[in-house]
Amino acid sequence: MLDSMGKAFHDQEYIVQQGEIGDCMYVIQAGSVEVIRRVGDREFSLAVLGEGEFFGEMALFDQEVRSAAVRALGDVWVLTLEKRSFLRHVRRDPSLAFRILERMAHRIRSLDSRVVAMGT
Amino acid sequence: MFRGNGWRSAAATSSMQLEDGARVGVIGGGPGGSFFAYFFLENAQRLGLKVALDIYEPRDFTAPGPAGCNMCGGIVSESLVQCLAMEGIRLPAGVVQRGIDSYVLHMDVGNARIDTPLHEKRIAAVHRGAGPRGIQVPLKSGLDAFLLGLAAGKGARVVRSRAEALSMSGGRPVIKTKDQEQAYDLVVSALGVNSPALKAFETLGIAYKPPISTKTYICEFRLGREIIQTYLGSSMHVFLLKIPRLEFAAIIPKGDYVTFCMLGNDIDKELVEAFVNSREVGECMPPGWVVPRDFCHCSPKISIAAARHPFADRLLFVGDCGSTRLYKDGIGAAYRTAKAAAITAVFDGVSADDFRRGFWPTCSRINWDNQVGKLVFAATRVIQASRTLRRGVWRMVAREQVSRARAPRMSLALWDLFTGSAPYTEVFLRTLHPAFWTGFLREIVAGAWRPRPGPGDSDAGQHGKGVSRPGIHRAAG
Repeated sequence: MLDSMGKAFHDQEYIVQQGEIGDCMYVIQAGSVEVIRRVGDREFSLAVLGEGEFFGEMALFDQEVRSAAVRALGDVWVLTLEKRSFLRHVRRDPSLAFRILERMAHRIRSLDSRVVAMGT
Repeated sequence: MFRGNGWRSAAATSSMQLEDGARVGVIGGGPGGSFFAYFFLENAQRLGLKVALDIYEPRDFTAPGPAGCNMCGGIVSESLVQCLAMEGIRLPAGVVQRGIDSYVLHMDVGNARIDTPLHEKRIAAVHRGAGPRGIQVPLKSGLDAFLLGLAAGKGARVVRSRAEALSMSGGRPVIKTKDQEQAYDLVVSALGVNSPALKAFETLGIAYKPPISTKTYICEFRLGREIIQTYLGSSMHVFLLKIPRLEFAAIIPKGDYVTFCMLGNDIDKELVEAFVNSREVGECMPPGWVVPRDFCHCSPKISIAAARHPFADRLLFVGDCGSTRLYKDGIGAAYRTAKAAAITAVFDGVSADDFRRGFWPTCSRINWDNQVGKLVFAATRVIQASRTLRRGVWRMVAREQVSRARAPRMSLALWDLFTGSAPYTEVFLRTLHPAFWTGFLREIVAGAWRPRPGPGDSDAGQHGKGVSRPGIHRAAG
């Protein structure tokens, strides 16, 4: 697609591998992705993310390896935001981090609900 | 409408804070006005502030040709694409006419292609309106209509009338249209330098002085998607040619059209013809291409020196009519100044002192960076005038691209300079590194000794087109 931004990934192609060292986050420009966590031989689907959503942001804030894998569901275009670029933008305009905080807060809330649901 | 004492910030002492029921008027619905409205309303909503915002924009951005066009090259820079992504604003396909993943530098001594990191499409080529005059199927949404739609989605009311006059009444600005007069708690001018309405602000008794501007030339030619893909690819083509009075020129591929942009002194028909008919342009375009008899073109003004005093009590100037970047990334500058203004107005207040503390530093940084930019462009002019230096630049870029250098200093400096992706100060600082000068001097000397690059560092002799071309091309000894 000439009019898409970022980089193309095809169906089932891995964009992020669990366990790898990450130094960037991704913003979905077109299509959707699945976030997967592997534990032993088992694979758990954590979320399906669509256009405008982002993933891999935890790598911007800590030095840990990727906690989950992300693969394309159909053809996907994602824009990469390297840690260095991210930090430079936030240094100039701290309010840019707000949406990421908002999204992280939403995920914590959603996880809380799932933990409660599992216990009841 | 105003609260006497600050409550949003311990440090705020403004006597002019917006309160529930406040009204804000924005004159101009281009990127500056739309970004201001979007961020103002978003932050007001976060704060629980109930305000009304009107955008005065008589033009219909869904109309093709000059009627719906804000006249610019139509590039959304890498840094702005990234910032918008972080803001949760995705430029949709359709608005993006072509994602740009590289640029090709054309000089008489050779061409060099420089790719984006990770080979991603990180720059968006857009039409500001619904497409050039004569377009067969007008676009559903160009950039300006998309951004205005975002602002309307946040609750802005778009008034389809021209703001004919601005006056002060009881200390509050009043916008007058053909049909009505409306007083506001804050009026934001987001007019372009091409707007005659800017004169209205000079009679208000404030110290505002509009920016100094110069003329550019922009024209668009229909070639069709396939031909553009074959010959120009997804690359922005930048030209450093020794044509008198021509400072800089670029060809930007879009959907079915290519946009030619020229910057220089007193651009006239003779200069345009000299560029369009140059060998370097001919090599980019399909064989046998000639300039059609009728095509969409304009000579818009661009700001080359910032406005003075772009704020007063309850008055603000964002985007081109305030501070914008020299030659590049005007849309990015509109985003930055508009956002700084919006955040100041919501959180601090709307007095001149508030704007001096919250909004002016953003303008000041842009203005200072433009001074460095003038220095950088002066150096570019020196390179343009010297074949030895041009060859040195070309050889260094070529070597960096072929060897996939870890720190491609010349390529990065040129990338940031031509795409507007980084402040000019960063470009300048990159060129101060000893490794930059060592590499550059080596290539100048090597170029003088052996003008044609060796077999290991070029595909010399190839005159291939567009994306099929590898790193460097043609060594015209």
